[in-house]
Amino acid sequence: MSEEKAAQSGPGRGYLEEKGWRSWAYTLDHKRIGVMYLFTTLFFFLLGGVFGMLIRLELLTPGPTFFSDQTYNEMFTMHGSMMIFLFIIPGIPSGLGNFLIPLMIGARDVAFPRLNLASYWLFIMGIIVILFSLAHPMDTGWTFYTPYSAKTAASVTVLSFGIFLVGMSSILTGLNFIVTIHQLRATGMSWLRMPLFIWSMYATSIIQVVATPVIGMTFILLAMERLFGIGLFDPDKGGDPLLFQHFFWFYSHPVVYVMILPAMGAISEIIPTFSRKPIFGYKAIAYSSIAIALAGFLVWGHHMFVAGMSVYADVIFSILTFSVAIPTGVKVFNWIATLYKGSISLDSPMLYALTFIFLFIVGGLTGPFLGSLATDVHLTDTYFVVAHFHYTMMGGTVMGLFAGLHYWFPKLTGRMLDERPAKTAWAIIVVGFNITFFTMFITGMQGMPRRFAEYPEKYQAGNVISSIGAAILAFGILVMFYNYVRCMFRGAPAPADPWRGKTLEWTVPSPPPTENFETIPTVTGWPYSYGGKGDGDA
Amino acid sequence: MNQLFDIPGAASKISGEVDSVFLYILLVGLFFFVVTQGALIYFALRYRKKKGEPERETPYITSNRALETIWIVIPSILVLSIFYYGYTVYMKMQAPMPGAQEIGVVAKQWLWEFTYPDGRKAVNELHVQTGKPVGLSMTSEDVIHSLYLPDFRIKQDILPGRYTKMYLLPDRPGEYQIFCAEYCGQGHSLMLGKLIVMDAHEYAEWSGRQAGESQAAMPPARRGEELVKNSGCLGCHTTDGSPRVGPSLKGLFGRRVELSDGSSVTADEDYLKESMTDPGAKVVKGYANVMPTFKGTLSDADITDIISYMKTLK
Ligand code: HEC
Ligand code: HEM
Ligand SMILES: [Cu+2]
Ligand SMILES: [Cu+2]
Repeated sequence: MSEEKAAQSGPGRGYLEEKGWRSWAYTLDHKRIGVMYLFTTLFFFLLGGVFGMLIRLELLTPGPTFFSDQTYNEMFTMHGSMMIFLFIIPGIPSGLGNFLIPLMIGARDVAFPRLNLASYWLFIMGIIVILFSLAHPMDTGWTFYTPYSAKTAASVTVLSFGIFLVGMSSILTGLNFIVTIHQLRATGMSWLRMPLFIWSMYATSIIQVVATPVIGMTFILLAMERLFGIGLFDPDKGGDPLLFQHFFWFYSHPVVYVMILPAMGAISEIIPTFSRKPIFGYKAIAYSSIAIALAGFLVWGHHMFVAGMSVYADVIFSILTFSVAIPTGVKVFNWIATLYKGSISLDSPMLYALTFIFLFIVGGLTGPFLGSLATDVHLTDTYFVVAHFHYTMMGGTVMGLFAGLHYWFPKLTGRMLDERPAKTAWAIIVVGFNITFFTMFITGMQGMPRRFAEYPEKYQAGNVISSIGAAILAFGILVMFYNYVRCMFRGAPAPADPWRGKTLEWTVPSPPPTENFETIPTVTGWPYSYGGKGDGDA
Repeated sequence: MNQLFDIPGAASKISGEVDSVFLYILLVGLFFFVVTQGALIYFALRYRKKKGEPERETPYITSNRALETIWIVIPSILVLSIFYYGYTVYMKMQAPMPGAQEIGVVAKQWLWEFTYPDGRKAVNELHVQTGKPVGLSMTSEDVIHSLYLPDFRIKQDILPGRYTKMYLLPDRPGEYQIFCAEYCGQGHSLMLGKLIVMDAHEYAEWSGRQAGESQAAMPPARRGEELVKNSGCLGCHTTDGSPRVGPSLKGLFGRRVELSDGSSVTADEDYLKESMTDPGAKVVKGYANVMPTFKGTLSDADITDIISYMKTLK
């Protein structure tokens, strides 16, 4: 990277300088919008986490102890919907993505700053509508299967509309990012010189733009089913309840890649920086993101092997599912190969990044049990599935987000995180996470179905262990958030490039000034020229 | 492995094969687990730079054709073998079994209704014989349910307006749990049933008893008792005064019942009948509205007999 390091950050507070709520609410600065997304989504992570803990509390005993069955059903629905729609889908893309994309490609802002602000407020409007649905809390699970969702007394219609708005916001953000990445890259930043985080955000945005309209449409149809009884999903009127599941998973499978790809992008930045080595297999990682994004559209049926599709459809979806496993595996191998002969510093971002890889491998290796037809019949809709997706979503995406937050915290706030509490929290989280969720693999193999408010006594031991683990996990997360909050105000001032990273965001002061770059940089190589050579290319 | 984790043993031949597929995937998985996690942890520790240590010179490696080919080809082959193994066993599981005893299953919020080939009906309890294949023709009256038999490693969703099929060939006598595995509302986790597998001798005895009972003109209270036993009521109610999911039926007739809306009624014939045909209309205080309706499942005559039986539970 030829760009000389900008001066160490002075006393200025960069883009955070301006004060007052108006300076935030009306801001067109991608960094501020990104920060607002981060606050909003992390709030829902904590709230969703509270519901997760209440679920675990109730599951300490086989019978209804703290909550009635109905309340339990409402709680896992809230937990799942909040985590998915209000935290994990918008979290990394709209939060870190907004903050980092222009900085990483050497731009002053995204392509359409006003649209960007509109997306944020659309997101908030969606949330407000969703809050209205709490009048009759949802009890359908986050999957809204018809005909149950067409019949229940809960406010499905209101909630559908809320999620429709949140989805709109997602589409607009995706569109904005695609145009930004195409149009606003600094001179010299060819496609193969883009940081891998940008590649993964590009793939993510494609999925958001292509898949999200489908869920929007599906929820509109569901609302019409409830309001006007159009009967599209109602067998009594010649409709088909399975059609809903096809629509739903046509969106919701690709969307698991919206959840995981950005985290993979963050990991691909952190691993080389802390190993002082170029990323191994740059092209393989970049292209596999795109491959995953496209192939991800062809495997939705693996959620429906026992739903009553034809056997032939089952077989085709099973084999396609296995073919998506390969590009995912390739990424993991590449990260591990990057470590080889590195000069590895185990600072907190790196610890979380390595944990991401560790847990994601467990999540990934339990996928084939569910992709394989014979075993899926037994395991689907049991706690095995709950364990599997928490390993990928929480062990994967959320650890990736934590890694990213630790890595970019100095850039976001201009202050350093305290390493000691960061590492303590990390250790507690790793222990708590595995106790909570590994146990669920076994409870699932024993046959305990998911979404069970009450369960036969023979499953109690496993559930108690899971609940104890969840308490440990929650404590670790609290320590971590305490560290974030404290260091936001008290942390030591951060230099421009505390980790000696080579992507462009580290060339500007921490926090960056509002216009990002005084002069737009010229790029002469790829951002992974660690070790040996100066400027290289992939 | 099954014993180690307290997983129910396979209750049929095909479920044993499912367990073999599981074991195969587990072995392949363990191989990758050891290789990847081993390398991850080894590299992280071996190439770790301790605090204060000077930066080590690192090699500039960006790719390696041979290595990358290997780690695409080997996993692809293993993954295809997993697919293929799972596929062959799945096709066997789905294949119709010739000469299967046809049993009708109607699922509704929140009970299972089984119909035997001779027209006899039972709720939440299905009796079958070892070595005799059984074909379940299943449909739902309301929302989607899923019949799940963990010991047999099978489940199949049940849709309204459509029939789905499931076959099983029980090997071992015993009582096996039936769960509903597709979320279907408030009482989802209470939608429990039992599959009772008997050997030929026991089964013959049991069917003889059933046939005898349905012919002999039993006194109404006696018949009501049998109905309560066979309709799944005892999954939620007791006859000894202790509450379960629902209130006990002991001493119910003629008593004043407090309802969840604050009012109270006397448990007369009409109230009891309504409790069975439209249980949501009056919900007993302190209990959840999870009792399924037995409208269509129990005839008027059945209900009358059940009420006669309840009168005897003083
Ligand atoms: C899934 C569990 C479940 C099953 C199965 C079930 N019930 Fe109930 N039943 C309940 C619950 C819970 C209540 C209390 C709430 C209500 O009134 O709906 C109840 C209430 C009743 C009442 C009113 C009791 C009172 O104290 O006023 C009667 C009578 C009754 N059930 C009879 C039956 C009979 C007869 C059957 C079988 C044909 C049966 N129930 C099957 C759960 C069940
Ligand atoms: C605080 C840590 C967490 C705990 C203790 C926890 C616990 C649980 C449990 C026990 C269930 C199963 C409920 C049931 O089936 O009855 C569940 C479901 C679920 N969880 Fe979590 N979870 C946590 C974090 C997360 C995170 C970070 C996500 C992010 C994606 C997430 C997403 C989901 C989803 C989508 C469901 C399915 C809900 C449904 O069945 O509709 N959870 N969680
Ligand atoms: Cu999927
Ligand atoms: Cu159910």
